[in-house]
Amino acid sequence: MSLIRLAGIERVFHLGDSAVHALDRLDVGIEAGEYVAIMGPSGSGKSTLLNLLGLLDRPNAGSYQLEGRDVTTLSPDEQAEVRSRRIGFVFQSFHLVPRLTAAENIALPMMLAGIPAAERDRRVEQALRDFGLDQRSDHRPDQLSGGQRQRVAIARATIMQPAVLLADEPTGNLDRATGDDVIHLLEELNARGMTLIVVTHDQKLGARARRQLSMEDGRLKHDSARKGALPVA
Amino acid sequence: MRTADVLRFARDAAGGYPLRTGLSVLAMAIGVAAVVVLTALGDGARRYVVDQFSALGSNLVIVLPGRSATGGFNPANALTTTPRDLTVDDAFALTRLPSVRRVAPLAAGNSEINANGRLREVVVAGTAAPYLDIRSFRMAQGRFLPEADWNRGAPVAVIGSKIQEEIFGGRPAVGELIRLGDRRLRVVGVLKSVGQGLGMNTDEVVFVPVSLAQSMFNTNTLFRVLIEARSRDDIEVVKREVLALLKARHGNEEDVTVITQDAVLATFDKLLRALTAAVAGIAAISLAVAGILVMNVMLVAVTQRTAEIGLLKALGARGATIRDAFMAEAAMLSLFGAFTGYGLGLFGAFMLRQMYPVFPAYPPDWAVLAALGTALSTGLLFGIMPARRAARLDPVQALMKH
Repeated sequence: MSLIRLAGIERVFHLGDSAVHALDRLDVGIEAGEYVAIMGPSGSGKSTLLNLLGLLDRPNAGSYQLEGRDVTTLSPDEQAEVRSRRIGFVFQSFHLVPRLTAAENIALPMMLAGIPAAERDRRVEQALRDFGLDQRSDHRPDQLSGGQRQRVAIARATIMQPAVLLADEPTGNLDRATGDDVIHLLEELNARGMTLIVVTHDQKLGARARRQLSMEDGRLKHDSARKGALPVA
Repeated sequence: MRTADVLRFARDAAGGYPLRTGLSVLAMAIGVAAVVVLTALGDGARRYVVDQFSALGSNLVIVLPGRSATGGFNPANALTTTPRDLTVDDAFALTRLPSVRRVAPLAAGNSEINANGRLREVVVAGTAAPYLDIRSFRMAQGRFLPEADWNRGAPVAVIGSKIQEEIFGGRPAVGELIRLGDRRLRVVGVLKSVGQGLGMNTDEVVFVPVSLAQSMFNTNTLFRVLIEARSRDDIEVVKREVLALLKARHGNEEDVTVITQDAVLATFDKLLRALTAAVAGIAAISLAVAGILVMNVMLVAVTQRTAEIGLLKALGARGATIRDAFMAEAAMLSLFGAFTGYGLGLFGAFMLRQMYPVFPAYPPDWAVLAALGTALSTGLLFGIMPARRAARLDPVQALMKH
């Protein structure tokens, strides 16, 4: 059973009179533990695909099965539950809550899920140590470097032990060295079994993944897991 | 999300924007403080009037000449013409009623007092000895009007403390001769100062025997008859007996009005309560304005924190959780503002009492509860719309706002 199975996914945006097919009859399967890079120029639909995988957006047609369960038909509250337990997000601009400390930011998903404070503290402490942030637990985001911020964000994304980690240009706002650190951290998580899906238009970053999905005009142009290029039409 | 976490999250969120939070708390505080201070003023006025009436004396029944259709206290009473005079003999006849303890006739008019080379206008009250006890007055010097036949008054006068001061300065006035209108009278006593009472400042009144006053003003009728019942329970009996007796004496015609202090008090009480409520209502408008401000502030908060709301959704927050967090924040702003305003209001009422010690400016309990309740409910009510807007934000759009 695949972790993720997309079949005939379509997502259409209406801009004035014209309909834009951000995703056009997309069929993709991703197995648990994979390391996938979604690549393509801007406007190719890769961000829309990521939002869809993260249940932040709904397709106009097609089905999305996550761990064998059709999640497109779930109610908004049920989708929130799936996001809470099974999906972790890492954003290009970190998206830390500025008034909360590093520890509180990491604890946020657990707080939203209603996990008791004692259990939260225990897990946050562990995460701070794992991500080398134990000296920074009381710092607010504006007191942290870019690399530290992204590490806090990754700690937050993984604190609920999700099935899949979705990273949207995770190094986009970082310099080269820090970006490399962050990528190593994500790859380490993947090495320990976490499914990792990275959206990027950085060729070098994309090439590190074991599987590349190239998008163009809402379609899959190339999937390195399959032999040869897909027919475009 | 646990309730404690929702509250903590809301508190931190409100604390994260001190200026915005401070301003909306201030608006709510001013609204509540206005209600508290204004109702303290209104209720203070009510207490003041009630106290003044109580100072009239206890178990008081008052007879007025003329019939008032409603039987209540009515400004028309002062103007009604009487078919038959309410005479001194009528008043004296009332002393024989069993439930009556004391009776004092009262005739009143304006005149001039001339003594010690000084002249001033005074209110002349013609009455009799029991008046002192009915009104619970005290003497500063000498004694009150002597016990005597009400129809034959001696040429004596009792003066109020202010008159004594203005005419005689510091000197004792007892034994001095004064000219009151065209009469020469001897001062037999000076009343102790009691201050304002029922609009007539007793300190500026000259009391003379009732028959003397009637002849001075060339009238046979009395202005009032003051009756003190034997006990509080007797007040209604006295009222009935007085009416019956005077009706019999006046050719079976009911041409007097009998009012009890209770009735007058109740009327004023009702009037001033209504006034207090009206004032509270006006002040409550400022609470509604404060509620709208809280809504505005929360709408700004939703806009300011759009990215954060998107993030919370991505991290698995349900719409209901986000709505609760924003509602909690609105409630906190209102509640904090309400209690701050309550404190401010109490302080304002305290300052009023310091400045006007005779004025018992305490906010009534109902007003305080209503103000706090209104503040909280407007805060919540006006918090609903922004909170729902936050809960309905599209996470994808929200996350792009950064």
